[in-house]
Amino acid sequence: MAITDPPKIVTSRIGYDDSHTLERYLATGGYEGLRKALAMTPEAVAAEVDAASLLGRGGAGFPAGRKWSMLRKAPVTYLVVNGDESEPATFKDHLLVERDPHQLVEGVVIAAFALQVSQVFIFLRGEFALGLERVQAALNDAYAHGAVGRDIFGSGFSVDVVVHPGAGAYICGEETALLESLEGKRGFPRIKPPFFPAAIGLYGDPTVVNNVETMSNLPWIVRNGGAAFAALGGGRSTGTRLFALAGHVHNPGVYELEMVTTTFDDLINAPVLGGGIPHGRGLKAFIPGGVSAPWFGPDQLDLPLGQDEVAEAGSMLGSGSVVVMDDHTCAVRAAWRITKFFSRESCGQCTPCREGSGWLERIMDRIERGEGREADLDLLLDACDNIAPGLTWPPQQTTICVLGSSIPSSISSAITMFRDEFLVHIKEGGCPYD
Amino acid sequence: MTEPTPLAPPRRAALAPAAPTHLSADVVARARQLIGLYPEPRSALIPLCHLAQEQDGWLTPEAMVDIAGLVGVTPSEVLGTASFYDMLHTEPVGRYVVAVCTNIACLLGGAGELLEHAEDSLGIGAGGTTPDGTVTLEEAECLADCDRAPCVQVNHRYVGAQSPESFDRLIDELRSGARDADIPPHGTLIRVHRANGLAVDPDVVVEERRAAAEAKAAREAAAAPATGGGA
Repeated sequence: MAITDPPKIVTSRIGYDDSHTLERYLATGGYEGLRKALAMTPEAVAAEVDAASLLGRGGAGFPAGRKWSMLRKAPVTYLVVNGDESEPATFKDHLLVERDPHQLVEGVVIAAFALQVSQVFIFLRGEFALGLERVQAALNDAYAHGAVGRDIFGSGFSVDVVVHPGAGAYICGEETALLESLEGKRGFPRIKPPFFPAAIGLYGDPTVVNNVETMSNLPWIVRNGGAAFAALGGGRSTGTRLFALAGHVHNPGVYELEMVTTTFDDLINAPVLGGGIPHGRGLKAFIPGGVSAPWFGPDQLDLPLGQDEVAEAGSMLGSGSVVVMDDHTCAVRAAWRITKFFSRESCGQCTPCREGSGWLERIMDRIERGEGREADLDLLLDACDNIAPGLTWPPQQTTICVLGSSIPSSISSAITMFRDEFLVHIKEGGCPYD
Repeated sequence: MTEPTPLAPPRRAALAPAAPTHLSADVVARARQLIGLYPEPRSALIPLCHLAQEQDGWLTPEAMVDIAGLVGVTPSEVLGTASFYDMLHTEPVGRYVVAVCTNIACLLGGAGELLEHAEDSLGIGAGGTTPDGTVTLEEAECLADCDRAPCVQVNHRYVGAQSPESFDRLIDELRSGARDADIPPHGTLIRVHRANGLAVDPDVVVEERRAAAEAKAAREAAAAPATGGGA
């Protein structure tokens, strides 16, 4: 068993019933990282985050320190926290905002200090009604405690933090769509370049956008030093990471695991983690990093939970969600549902995504219903190829944002891994699992 | 209808900051507080739509006119934004919006069967509202509660994984008012309000924005080729 016992960096308080309160937070080291940061220079705080090699936890995995350094060359106006967590089967930020909102607030103020910004917006998906209330309550308490607002802890540094509710749109997790939404508009991703909101962000001003989990790591990193964080994990994947395990396992849930030293097999099958597949069934496939990621089969169980390791194997760690499908799962139905999701959530700006996702969904639907044709398999792959030419990994992009290029993953995975299953649907005129 | 449709008011009138006529004084006061949190008023548009839904249960045309006046856009721009978002309902919904997630993790957990049961049990299709106006049923995309599949939310509050039997009990509890304490009527999203205004003088942010713009202009001037062509 390769599971070590790493420090709980972002989930240390989750076991307490009152983990969301200021009292519990202060009793467990809360706001000590912020006090330490405020006694340092902003550059020194940023240097610790650089030293930690903290990769952004939103899905793209871009180093947070490098994102910040682009901004430190020029004045930054806004920090925006991305809590729009909507990637299917991803529910780690849900845990963090509901169960440890002060940790998020502390991380946000540390980041604001390092970047020297005086206004922060925490964008939370609107469906997090409890999370919105918990973060607002934490902010109210933190203002009263002197941890947010004017002259924080007597340091002379001041920042305002505002919670902003979204209104239900997957695309707003894309950072430029999020900014449009925060400006009171439809969540339409912006044309790139610029590739980062560093240049043109909120209201056109320089802005840094970071994920909730990324921010939540900062109090620990400042308290313990970037080197202590970088000592965990391996390669580019340092520290611990939250993995959201869902689907056919005994113990679905969010697990904080050390990167790289833990494998998918550990996560899915270890008794203290996923606990294996119920009903004595076998593993058919798993999706390693959100539904935008190509699927893996049992052969890839031994892969480590590391960003580069998963990328080299042809998929991605993405948002840290792992979906397990047992051998009674219909691959066609699973891929159809994922495609339907993309079709519903396409913002509609780009033709390949808007039209492609709709046609793919209809073709997948007719195959699942037993009305497909054998030629549909080539048709599906051809349509996928029009969205992401070559069907390579990482995918080629024909659209403004990566929602489009994410669409083909599930279909091409399902056809590649389970072609026979499609043919059975077509030849027998129905789903063999019904 | 025999009465002629009245002519739309001139666009200029819509742009004028008309006093709110539909939203209550309390809601308008909270709306103004929210607007004050943003460097540009339009950023409060979506939070204000949530507020309007708290008052009316859905986003009425009258509320959209008020919101437009409050944030300085046209009513059609409010509708244009609101119609993009699943949570903003521009048609009436029931007192309880019951969302059944059928995305991949919930599909694997039996969400398809649960949604079918819900449709049969309530006698409506997904997207429909029961005739008594109590329940609107929605087929939702992932709601980020995948370890409790199939996931159900009522008015955006998690109620845990549901079986067909527990779903029926849930609906009974909603109808009887037994869940009123933890599940407010549809539209009430956030019951914890911000206790304070901004601590940093908004002029500081204005100055930061100006400095950023100047720095950017200076960088662009420095990066421009010395013998640049064109006008």
